[in-house]
Amino acid sequence: MRYMVMHYQTQDMEDGIPSTAEEQAAIGQYMQEAAMSGVLLSGEGVSSSSKGARVEVQDGTVRVIDGPFAEAKELIAGFAILEVDSLAEAVEHARKWAQIVGTHRVDVRKVVEVEDLVPPQG
Amino acid sequence: MTEDDAAEPFPRLPSEDALDQRVAALWRVESPRVIARLMRQVGDLDTAEELAQDVFVAAIERWRADGVPDNPAAWLTTTARYLAIDRIRRRDTGRGKYRLVAASQPQSLEHGLDEVVDGDLAEDLLGLIFMSCHPVLSPDARSALTLKLVCGLSTDDVARAFLTPAPTIAQRIVRAKRTLAAANVRFELPAESERRARLDAVREVIYLVFNEGYSATTGAQWFRGDLCAEALRLGRMLAALTPDDTETLGLLALIELQASRLRARTGPDGEPVLLLDQDRSRWDRLLIQRGLANLDRIEQLGGTVGPYALQAAIAACHARAATAGDTDWERITALYDGLAALTPSPVVELNRGVATAQAFGPPAGLDIVLPLFDVPSMRGYHLLDAVAGDLWCRSGDHAQAREHFLRAASMTGNDVERSTMQRRASACATGHDVENDPARSSSQ
Repeated sequence: MRYMVMHYQTQDMEDGIPSTAEEQAAIGQYMQEAAMSGVLLSGEGVSSSSKGARVEVQDGTVRVIDGPFAEAKELIAGFAILEVDSLAEAVEHARKWAQIVGTHRVDVRKVVEVEDLVPPQG
Repeated sequence: MTEDDAAEPFPRLPSEDALDQRVAALWRVESPRVIARLMRQVGDLDTAEELAQDVFVAAIERWRADGVPDNPAAWLTTTARYLAIDRIRRRDTGRGKYRLVAASQPQSLEHGLDEVVDGDLAEDLLGLIFMSCHPVLSPDARSALTLKLVCGLSTDDVARAFLTPAPTIAQRIVRAKRTLAAANVRFELPAESERRARLDAVREVIYLVFNEGYSATTGAQWFRGDLCAEALRLGRMLAALTPDDTETLGLLALIELQASRLRARTGPDGEPVLLLDQDRSRWDRLLIQRGLANLDRIEQLGGTVGPYALQAAIAACHARAATAGDTDWERITALYDGLAALTPSPVVELNRGVATAQAFGPPAGLDIVLPLFDVPSMRGYHLLDAVAGDLWCRSGDHAQAREHFLRAASMTGNDVERSTMQRRASACATGHDVENDPARSSSQ
């Protein structure tokens, strides 16, 4: 089963403050180790919200708001898709990632598979 | 979690079940690296496994009392390191070596041990993989040991995956370890001259495990996803450990592309749905994307293209076709020609026949397939009859087709496949077989 592991931004990430050489090395090493565990299928990180936009729909009216957004810590900073056996296994990977990347929160969510969409028979 | 749980004072000790579950997940994630590292530190598999188990037992006892630390992986690594140093010291003190060094230079003792103890994790894991797939072991033993040590599965999990009683697997693993000890196989990375052959052996184990899952040769199910998943995990590990090895990338691309079709290969009643009939919207886009990306990477790296990469390129032709009708059979035929030249075998020839029939018509396919009935190793191979039945059927010779389908039905060990062949034979008897498509009989 697959889990999407999403980490939240820190204020530094939102402010575009580059991570230190040591931080980058630690992240690089973590990514290499995650790859070596054979569970990492895909992943991306995103830039500061100042380079993005938000599309909001209220009562059928669509509104586009350019970044940056307040509440930097409520924004997703990146995701990884892991192929694992259980939620518990995904959580162990997420725990390490959270500590390496220095975020205050990582969400671990189960990816919907085709099987989940098939209506139950009978 | 109930409100009562939430109201407990912090830090909350884990319940027994919750702790067991966490430790089980940690074993799966961390035990391969803990064992790999211990292997290099203490040199032999038995001691490494024993120490790894001690580490996790210690973890359960400690965490039950104190709660689980924030970074349990680091706790496990540190504890394993401590146990390894303790073991090396006790062993070497007996020989007097470290006692002498320790008396004169305590600092350099620690320093010397550090070098033994903290090596490169990638090398450690690769060493563990090479050991589990060691040529002195039988193919069965290699698969079982690899799943247990490198994938972190329990003996029961391995037994379940292979539909084999647990005591049989346990015995197989014990015997494998004894064989390694008897051959005095220690932790090592093979010399450059041996490396290619040893990597071939590892890839063979991975592909064998994958195929055991992909085309389950026994039992009631058409495939077993758990084995495929373990093979994919191993393939990704090996690709991360040897990132510039084109044949490893080829193997990974091949099994990811094949696995991308797993969900579409079974109908609602568990019956097989063969390649050209599959609902392509059920194919796994992420695995396809990964497979195609690895093929691109092989091209970038250049060099010779090996058999796994060629087979992956064939699988990619299917992955790229939006509908079965869009399949580039001429390219597939050309790739099979290349594969047959590189690794000639009757099974490759059979698949080349299937592709050729698709590209150039059933008679051209039969020209390649019929001589295979004279090959001794193909006697009793049900897929040869299944394909021949198909090609005759498409050529309009229903009597020949029926005979081959019946023979295929009598030879297969797979229940689902047997009923498919019987159905096709009956359809031939009435001359109304509509499943007249050679590629449908092929297992790919």
